[in-house]
Amino acid sequence: MLEIKNLHAVIDGNEVLKGLNLKVNAGEIHAIMGPNGSGKSSLASVLAGREEFEVTDGDVTYKGQDLLDMDPEIRARDGVFMAFQYPVEIPGVSNISFLKTAVNEVREHQKLEPLSARDFLKRTREMQELVQFDSALANRSLNEGFSGGEKKRNEIFQMAMLDPTLAILDETDSGLDIDALRIVADGVNKLHSKDKAFIIITHYQRLLDYIVPDFVHVLNDGQIVRSGDKNLALELEEKGYDWLKKEPVTS
Amino acid sequence: MLAQIDVEFREQILNDYQGVSECQVCDKPDYLVPIREVAFSFFQESGFPTLKNEDWKYTPVKRYLNEPFEVDQEDTNTIAPADAPYFGKQLPGYKIVMINGRFDPEQSELPDSSQCTIAPIIDVLREPTVKERLSKSRNYGANPFLAMNTALFTKGIYIHIPKNVKIDHPIHLVHYAGGEQKQFNITKNIFVVEEGGEAEIIESYYHSGHAPVSFRNSATEILVEPNATLHHIKLQKAHSNLRMVEHTEVEQKQDSLYNNYTFTLPGMNFVRNNLNLDINGSNIESHMYGLYLTNENQLVDNHTLVNHREPDCESNQLYKGILTDRSRAVFNGKVYVHSIAQKTNAFQQNNNILFSDDAAIYSKPQLEIFADDVKCSHGSTIGQLDDEALFYLRARGLSKADAQSMLVNAFAFDVTEKLVDEEIKAMLNEEIDKVMTGVIS
Ligand SMILES: Nc1ncnc2c1ncn2[C@@H]1O[C@H](COP(=O)(O)OP(=O)(O)OP(=O)(O)O)[C@@H](O)[C@H]1O
Ligand SMILES: [Mg+2]
Repeated sequence: MLEIKNLHAVIDGNEVLKGLNLKVNAGEIHAIMGPNGSGKSSLASVLAGREEFEVTDGDVTYKGQDLLDMDPEIRARDGVFMAFQYPVEIPGVSNISFLKTAVNEVREHQKLEPLSARDFLKRTREMQELVQFDSALANRSLNEGFSGGEKKRNEIFQMAMLDPTLAILDETDSGLDIDALRIVADGVNKLHSKDKAFIIITHYQRLLDYIVPDFVHVLNDGQIVRSGDKNLALELEEKGYDWLKKEPVTS
Repeated sequence: MLAQIDVEFREQILNDYQGVSECQVCDKPDYLVPIREVAFSFFQESGFPTLKNEDWKYTPVKRYLNEPFEVDQEDTNTIAPADAPYFGKQLPGYKIVMINGRFDPEQSELPDSSQCTIAPIIDVLREPTVKERLSKSRNYGANPFLAMNTALFTKGIYIHIPKNVKIDHPIHLVHYAGGEQKQFNITKNIFVVEEGGEAEIIESYYHSGHAPVSFRNSATEILVEPNATLHHIKLQKAHSNLRMVEHTEVEQKQDSLYNNYTFTLPGMNFVRNNLNLDINGSNIESHMYGLYLTNENQLVDNHTLVNHREPDCESNQLYKGILTDRSRAVFNGKVYVHSIAQKTNAFQQNNNILFSDDAAIYSKPQLEIFADDVKCSHGSTIGQLDDEALFYLRARGLSKADAQSMLVNAFAFDVTEKLVDEEIKAMLNEEIDKVMTGVIS
């Protein structure tokens, strides 16, 4: 589904991705871990199409197409979703009416009829329940005055509404209390299917108790330096990253 | 100083003054004669403001005045076409039709005379409330157009809401402009809301665009008496052939509420609004909301002045601007809190978004506080749309144009949401949406 080859990216004159390789097949869950500043969010941003990042080398194919060539909204409509590490607050833009536009853009792209007001409402209710997102929040301005945890839940709620093919969750677990963590994990597990893939960026093994990854990768200094199965996460929890920083090994 | 303008126009002004002062059939109450004389000699001396005038520093009026205007010529042929599509036409309420400043009762739909008095200003010059308003000393130095207005006005409307009367529907003033020749029109309006009264006054503007350019010099004197409420809404959208200076003086008495909403949309190529509030009693509340959305080579200038003369009052200003193309805007807001005005809350905010490298905004919020126990704040921002927010929306599948328009609307809705009148709110939101879709796509 997604193939990243030798990806190099620069922001503000700094090279933040330095030859990154990753292959994600439909149905897989990949976890990406790594120290602060290693490039995890940069990778997510490049995949989502943030224009500040300049790709200087390498390529990314998504469902057989050149992903880097697509505008961010086209990627989104084609099923790429990124849950932001720091969701922005947008006063004056209603959460729900924005989401309605977004859902219908995605549907139009997939040659589906727009949802009727009634069906949209129905779906909203279902998904709110699924991720236990307070309907009072859904009706407020986008993330305005939301707590850290509420913003993260809103990301998951939006993901549930948009039903993406490839979801990239950037530290969605940070700032969540233990109940919320379980709810988010349940949500991901329910949305997961054989045609869908997840890339989960996290610092904590804890999340991976609930969402069991097929692969765990360690990103350091813009490259994947180690890949393994879920046991790698346990090993990292125990040993930290230092032992990996010394001797880069690519899988 | 009048030498700076077109010769014919100057002749017209001088003739007009002669006409007004020597008129045999006109009512010339004693109190008014010296007021007009002082105003005219000031105006003759100063002429129209130049860029040297601190209050007109960024507003080159000369280019809008340099035409062979006819001054207040009675233009009996111009009748308000019933189907003229002025902005705000669909709004329900009473209608006062003003043609080049002249009140046209025939085409108006007036409230029952038991509710309030509505009359041409020239017929009520001897009313005590009118005399009182016209006798107020005004700062002509900052406002030469006002000096001209006071010296020469013969047209305009008087609206008087008696004690404890709450007008059941909005009163909609529709200002039609234009004639066969280039017109310069002078209008003086007086609105008085007596103790406990309440009214909503809406102003709309129309110029067909077929007629040559018109310049509107309008001054409105408002008195809001104790415990009275006035909602005052200006919907400034008309053809580019209309230019205008609208001067508004408001005096508020204790426990009163005055809300001013000034919306300036693409169209008129020059608009200058002066809004001066005299907070002259305790426990007064005043809100001033402005939104200017400008395009092409429009120049929109809002000058506000709030004088807190008594304790325990609140004034709140929020002006927002969205500028596109080569348009320019000016915001200059002054708030004075006099030493006696303790426990004043005074807020002033001006935020702008520039949509083009060629657009410009001059923003100057000023606060002068001479009392120590007050809550005051002011601020001004100039920026572009937030890139982070734009990316967030696009990353969810919204096109760039939709995302931009959503953000701009959110920016503007901050002001429109302050409107209590839902119909006007909906009409404006729709219009903003329409304008921005054109700009963005
Ligand atoms: N907008 C930016 N301008 C300049 N440098 C940036 C920018 N964004 C990221 N960087 C730099 O790129 C590097 C990688 O940052 P990135 O956010 O990808 O790290 P991360 O792995 O997500 O870290 P964390 O675990 O703290 O979230 C860091 O050194 C960071 O300072
Ligand atoms: Mg990060």
